[in-house]
Amino acid sequence: MQYQATVTIEQKAGMLDPEGTTAKRALGHLGYAVESVKTAKKYEIVLEAESAEVAKQKVDEMCQKLIANPIIHNYTIELKELN
Amino acid sequence: MKIAIIQFGGTNCDMDVLHVLKDVVGVDAETVWYKEENLTGFDGVVVPGGFSYGDYLRAGAIAARTPIMDSVKKIAAEGKPVLGICNGFQILTEARLLEGALTTNEYPKFRCHWTNLRVETANTPFTSKFRKGEVIRLPIAHMEGKFYTEEPTLAELDENDQVVFRYVDEKGRATDKANPNGSLENIAGIVNASRNVLGLMPHPERASEAILGSDEGRKIFESMADYITENF
Repeated sequence: MQYQATVTIEQKAGMLDPEGTTAKRALGHLGYAVESVKTAKKYEIVLEAESAEVAKQKVDEMCQKLIANPIIHNYTIELKELN
Repeated sequence: MKIAIIQFGGTNCDMDVLHVLKDVVGVDAETVWYKEENLTGFDGVVVPGGFSYGDYLRAGAIAARTPIMDSVKKIAAEGKPVLGICNGFQILTEARLLEGALTTNEYPKFRCHWTNLRVETANTPFTSKFRKGEVIRLPIAHMEGKFYTEEPTLAELDENDQVVFRYVDEKGRATDKANPNGSLENIAGIVNASRNVLGLMPHPERASEAILGSDEGRKIFESMADYITENF
């Protein structure tokens, strides 16, 4: 079965997000009052696996080993089956 | 004695380190391409600066996962000195040879200028030729140099005397203004728990000859060479 995993990588709470802060300020210049802006990185990974469970486990491993840095990042994985 | 200087795609301070080791310090050194998996015969390693793999994913992330890093880990496990400079520091943290992570500068720009550093400990294979508390000048050139780690690791680094360099002003005070990138506690360089792996963001190889404005970086390479002569 083929799956597509969408991995979202965010900075951990308390870490500085200079891009988000700058975007928030620029939105202010445009007249939008926003509470906060946070940036994140998205990866779409397509892979073959026997089941959704196995696919998710593999992608989680990939995040731990390479895609994210657990010291500074939190990540979420969303999985969908491809036809 | 022979020191390996690891080259990845995008490394660009390799030849400077080679010049300093061979022509200034006068020890044998060789560049080693990352596809080489064997570091047998080498007594120490320098992971030089640059922009390995275009800083894709995160600075140092890809280089840290190349096969040669297994050999670097082996050299480190043997107690031989491993020095990571700038991108090399980022690579060593990504490879988990050193604690923490180097993240985007607080003011998110590439910063390239001289800094004052306080030598926090002379008790490492890289700083034995310095005095504790000495203030030296080395240049930085980076965008991802903000040292970050969570507690309790930060406290442990302090307790175990693992912080080797801090950014300070000319009087040796670790002020916010002297901190070029927002590093926690002005940290510019750390060693591992067994003290034979050092990572630092400033570039000692660019300050190893008086004609370049400072030769204080040379002592790092000289200390490293002395340590190898005495121990291996």
